[in-house]
Amino acid sequence: MKLLTHNMLTSHVKGVTKGYPLLIKATEVKVNEVEFNPQFVSRMIPKVEWSCLVQAAEQLGHRQDLPGELVPDYEKNEEFLKKVHRVLLEVEVIEGCLQCPESGREFPISRGIPNMLLNEDEV
Amino acid sequence: MDPSVENSVKAVRKSKEEKKVLRKQLKASHTLLKHEGITTAPLPTKSLVVANGGLGNGVSREELSAALKEMGEVEALIMPPHKPYAFVTYRCEESARKAVVHLNGQKLQCGENSVTLYLSYVTSVTCEKEKSVPLPEGLVLVEDFVSPEEEALLLAAIDWSSTNDDVTAQKALKHRRVKHYGFEFRYDNNNVDKDKPLPAGLPEECLPVLERCLRNGHIDIMPDQLTVNQYESGQGIPPHVDTHSAFEDTILSLSLGAKTVMEFRHPDGRLVPVMLPGRSLLVMKGESRYLWTHGITPRKFDMVPACDPQSPAHATSDLGTNCNLTLSKRGTRTSFTFRKIRHEPCRCAFPSACDSQGAPSAPSPSPPSLPCCHADATRLEEEYVHRVYDAIATHFSSTRHSPWPRVCHFLSSLPPGSVLADVGCGNGKYLGANPDVIAVGCDRSSALVQICAERGFQAFVSDALSVPLRTASCDACISIAVIHHFSTPERRLAAVRELVRLLKPGGQALIYVWAFEQEYNKQRSKYLKEQNKEHPEHLSPDNNTSEDRQEPHGKPRIHTSGHLEDNCRPADKVTDGKLSVHTNRTTFNTQDLLVPWHLKEGKRQGEEESGESGRKDKRKEKSKTASGNSHSPDSKPSPSDDSIQTSSSTLKSESGSSPAPVFHRYYHVFQQGELEQLCAQAAGVKVQSSYHDQGNWCVILEKD
Repeated sequence: MKLLTHNMLTSHVKGVTKGYPLLIKATEVKVNEVEFNPQFVSRMIPKVEWSCLVQAAEQLGHRQDLPGELVPDYEKNEEFLKKVHRVLLEVEVIEGCLQCPESGREFPISRGIPNMLLNEDEV
Repeated sequence: MDPSVENSVKAVRKSKEEKKVLRKQLKASHTLLKHEGITTAPLPTKSLVVANGGLGNGVSREELSAALKEMGEVEALIMPPHKPYAFVTYRCEESARKAVVHLNGQKLQCGENSVTLYLSYVTSVTCEKEKSVPLPEGLVLVEDFVSPEEEALLLAAIDWSSTNDDVTAQKALKHRRVKHYGFEFRYDNNNVDKDKPLPAGLPEECLPVLERCLRNGHIDIMPDQLTVNQYESGQGIPPHVDTHSAFEDTILSLSLGAKTVMEFRHPDGRLVPVMLPGRSLLVMKGESRYLWTHGITPRKFDMVPACDPQSPAHATSDLGTNCNLTLSKRGTRTSFTFRKIRHEPCRCAFPSACDSQGAPSAPSPSPPSLPCCHADATRLEEEYVHRVYDAIATHFSSTRHSPWPRVCHFLSSLPPGSVLADVGCGNGKYLGANPDVIAVGCDRSSALVQICAERGFQAFVSDALSVPLRTASCDACISIAVIHHFSTPERRLAAVRELVRLLKPGGQALIYVWAFEQEYNKQRSKYLKEQNKEHPEHLSPDNNTSEDRQEPHGKPRIHTSGHLEDNCRPADKVTDGKLSVHTNRTTFNTQDLLVPWHLKEGKRQGEEESGESGRKDKRKEKSKTASGNSHSPDSKPSPSDDSIQTSSSTLKSESGSSPAPVFHRYYHVFQQGELEQLCAQAAGVKVQSSYHDQGNWCVILEKD
């Protein structure tokens, strides 16, 4: 699971109103190199919840020095885009779990795949 | 010592402990009253209920009886099956009192366990007498059929030490030892090589026994095949019907050594446990041979009729209702199963269980009905959608490499940087279709999501009714060949609503579902056209890849296999409210149906143990092609069966004609206009366009 995906995921447990962002409890994290495409990254940035991304990167120890607030004119800031590229596309959680911030429900991540299936009573 | 004196001494010294016993006794009577409707009496009577002293607690009749008899003459001891209590009636009240004084709160040692007995008086002893279950039609049990001398002779005739596989085809199966004489029974295809008799014929020790069977009229032709099974305590055999096409009608099973309980099951759910004593002969004919499954539950103890001199063990078929039962520890049992090889197709009166007449070699449970409530719907989908995709994932994925052009067209029209969710992404074939979009997929099948991950796509496991993505986070969603797997209109609508929830205002969703109309504007869909290109009678395992090109539909990947449906079921006809099984590559006759998937050899997944359905452990297994055989190979890696391996799994009803297991997936195929109507019920979204694409109905929705 890349942090891009994490950025989109939310807890969907029945009754939960604040299920976002999911906490990451990682036991194995990998960094896989991905070809850097500055245009693609700058298109992605407005689609992501910035604070969630920074928080997730922080949890995994890959925040680098990404700011808490999105910088203006990032499109032209290649160094910044590279850092974003890294946390969005290169850092991957292989093993661990995602935890619902409200209910505490944990969703396992195994072989890089989050299992977000709910039990019948949670839907 | 006078026990009453001893007791009174104890009572003084251990009053605390006695209070505890009293408390427990009270609790026991409350429990009995509450759960079992047994009323305990405050004043002494001749009868007692013995809490904890029941068969359900692992207490055997002999052990309890011995303890009770020390207190006086027992008139009756009733041990209801599976219950944790028993009833005893003494000849006189005094004995009952004595039992209460001496046994209440006392431990009874039963084998390795001990239980604490709590006794209370009861005014009447009840033992629910359900109506007695008759033996399956055609089943005869002859006790003491062979003498102890013959038994010894027969057992000695089997040389288990021999490793000469070729002579007797000895096999060490997972759950028991087995040896074949005359012909080898092959567990890979549940049949015999009729042209390949084994060098060793039936042991000559068997001949006197078989001749007696002939004389007594149990059989009218000499058997030519013998399977010897040896079961240790705790071993068993899954329920099965001996393959019809392999063997003639009558099957003889001689039980030697320890007794056991064999369970007979009718497809309608009736269960008849039959106690097989040592040296008894079981004759299975007609319905009991052709329709009922038989099997032995692996366990170490059986409930059997008590062998009191007063109550002879006659009621072999009454195990379910008899109260005069005890526990019997299983010992080593050896069974000799004599059968006659069949050379002509079976023409029995039970086509539903007859592989010669097109039925799966395993007695598949009757097809499910259309669900009428939410719980039914989830069960149906779990069994006939989710489990199937997990089981066929690898094979399924290998047939899904070509994206459909019009789906790709939709994807490539998305602006760069769009966020796309593919809900029901399968093997992820659309996740990379447009590299300029941010694509994430989800699927209910973890096996399919695994394939996405291996291809480097972002995907997670989730249900399409509850997608864990933020509301209004997607510029586009696609749902390709997914919503037709939901079995009620409510659930199909919920799936559409969930897609709409994910969309940003102005976002678009593309939905594909399979169409009832496979012919549209006088054009037959590729799904139908494919029909002519294949031999309807012959399954070619190689045609999956070509199908993918020719059939644009995502999930209904099917081979043509005329046998199963043509011969035994009217195509797509709903019978008794049951879902019909669709004949591949034919027009649909009904909207709700089961579509067979013929699993390609060597790509089998999702194996199971002992006939239960739906285990998801992914154990890949390479199986040999059993070509030219009228039976499918067994679905289990280590078949364990007297004669045939069958699984009661709904997933793997195996085709009687193809060498591959067949899985059935539930579909609701949409009629023209139905998808639009469905989407119109979802608020906040408009149907922007709709079209028919190679046997699919498709809509593009736009969120307001």
